[in-house]
Amino acid sequence: MNYQEILAKYADKPGGMIEAFHAIQEELNYLPEEVIIEAAKVFNKPTAQAYGVATFYSMFSTAKRGKYVIRICESAPCHVAGAAEVVAALEKELGVKMGESTADGLFSLEFTECVGQCQATPVITINGEPYLDVAPAQISGIIAAYK
Amino acid sequence: MAEEMRIVLRNYGKIDPLKIDDYIAVGGYNALNKARSMKPADLINEVKSSNLRGRGGAGFNCGVKWNFAYMAQADQKYVICNADEGEPGTYKDRLIMEGDPQSLLEGMAICAHAIGATQGFIYCRGEYPSVVKTLNMAIAQATEKGVLGDFSIEVRMGAGAYVCGEETALIESIEGKRGEPRIKPPFPPVVGLWGKPTIVNNVETFANIPAIVEKGAAWYAGIGTPSYPGTKIVTLTGDVVNKTFFEVPTDTTIREVIFDFGGGIPDGKGFKAVQIGGTSGAFIPAANLDTPIGFDAMTEIGAVLGSGAVFVLNDTRDIVDVTARIAKFFAHESCGKCAPCREGTMRMHDLMDKINSGRGKSADVVLLNKLGRVMSYSCLCGLGQAAPAPVMTTIEHFPADYNAKLV
Ligand SMILES: Cc1cc2nc3c(=O)[nH]c(=O)nc-3n(C[C@H](O)[C@H](O)[C@H](O)COP(=O)(O)O)c2cc1C
Ligand code: SF4
Ligand code: FES
Repeated sequence: MNYQEILAKYADKPGGMIEAFHAIQEELNYLPEEVIIEAAKVFNKPTAQAYGVATFYSMFSTAKRGKYVIRICESAPCHVAGAAEVVAALEKELGVKMGESTADGLFSLEFTECVGQCQATPVITINGEPYLDVAPAQISGIIAAYK
Repeated sequence: MAEEMRIVLRNYGKIDPLKIDDYIAVGGYNALNKARSMKPADLINEVKSSNLRGRGGAGFNCGVKWNFAYMAQADQKYVICNADEGEPGTYKDRLIMEGDPQSLLEGMAICAHAIGATQGFIYCRGEYPSVVKTLNMAIAQATEKGVLGDFSIEVRMGAGAYVCGEETALIESIEGKRGEPRIKPPFPPVVGLWGKPTIVNNVETFANIPAIVEKGAAWYAGIGTPSYPGTKIVTLTGDVVNKTFFEVPTDTTIREVIFDFGGGIPDGKGFKAVQIGGTSGAFIPAANLDTPIGFDAMTEIGAVLGSGAVFVLNDTRDIVDVTARIAKFFAHESCGKCAPCREGTMRMHDLMDKINSGRGKSADVVLLNKLGRVMSYSCLCGLGQAAPAPVMTTIEHFPADYNAKLV
């Protein structure tokens, strides 16, 4: 589905802009400028308000992202369980820093706060799928499965 | 040793959460049928006298809240379940929704009957996509069976903003806007979603309701500590042997939670501190370990029960470093609507980083305390009001750790 079709699907849902943005990100991984401008029209809101929504929530991105968004939890329980070492392993494996994407457009690295899987810290998620009790040594293997 | 007692997790691991027939076979929806045979005012009185208090952090009497929405006159009212669960170290609501989603739907339907609502929403955090699927499946099954009657429920997904757990920010988000808290009053039971009377309750609160309706208010009021009866799910993280969850009566002490249920501190290390209620909770020293986890007992020691997250630090941990990390959380999650929080959380993070990296002076610690005091009474919502608690309580209880890092 293209983004116009997705927006049309949610147009009649009261307060549906956030749901529509989720659905568009499922397809595109981010919210391009034309999507935000079109969403404002479809939901009959000022463009500034649509842009305000798109930039308020940390799961939405207005910048292009990789196909697989890897998020590392840095909340206190994951922090003391060694999240920093997992970050270092990911940066080394992918050759990019936190907040960046790989040149092949496959992976992006982002920090997140707690994702609610704190029984098995540290935790990372890849496109929402959680990986538990992650050790730096496992990173290569986890990434390989997405290449 | 203290015993676990499962009320909200009564079916956890025992039934197939994706089969409504399993839930019905263990007595599910009997409570809703019973509630529907009662007058709303009687039902609300029953919930009120059980003294069930909200499990989302504020501890407000559930029946009293329902009564505000019941009394309000409107053509439409709403029931919202707060499943935003953003408090770091907390995953209790996920357990309920994954393990027994129908109990949540039943609790919401009972509330709908009490206040006279026909539409409900579950606002589930965006980090739980699989829970959203489970909930949608559970709703489809309940609708097909017709157990919900004329009450319909829709799931809305959050998108990664901690502040959206605050009930008015959550309402703004369901309305499709930025999740910025509203000025209160008016409170949601009077003016809520799309301006209509709205009940917002936590997942764990709703999951208690069927048991209370079925077994009666007196039964419930007799469990745990009288001013905050019932059970609480606690989720243990950090330096504990059993990093897992337990549902315990509310007169269980912090010591029992950490050393009996949690199995104590691993690797032969000692206890340093515990932070209860999530990242906005106070750090509690060893001297207060015999405090029961009930809401008021925690308030008395200058702490909070909050979400029931229990984050333990052993005596080798750098508590200033952990607190600096927490200060970053609040600087990141402040919604920016009010200046004391927008500027204050940022300054607090700067000062904590300065101290943590060995560049701080004793004047910075004094400044942190002053800033924290101002924020605690001048910020618009609970996020900014609670943000200074970890900083101020670590300064109070662990001054030596700060002094060791000052120049
Ligand atoms: C910053 C902030 C975050 C909150 N996060 C949550 C949350 O994730 N889940 C929740 O149930 N309540 C949360 N609350 C509390 C809600 O505002 C509200 O009190 C609660 O949903 C009421 O339900 P209860 O009475 O059943 O506890 C939060 C409050 C604040 C100030
Ligand atoms: S206290 Fe913080 S989170 Fe709450 S309204 Fe003010 S800026 Fe927003
Ligand atoms: S603290 Fe990292 S998943 Fe909860």
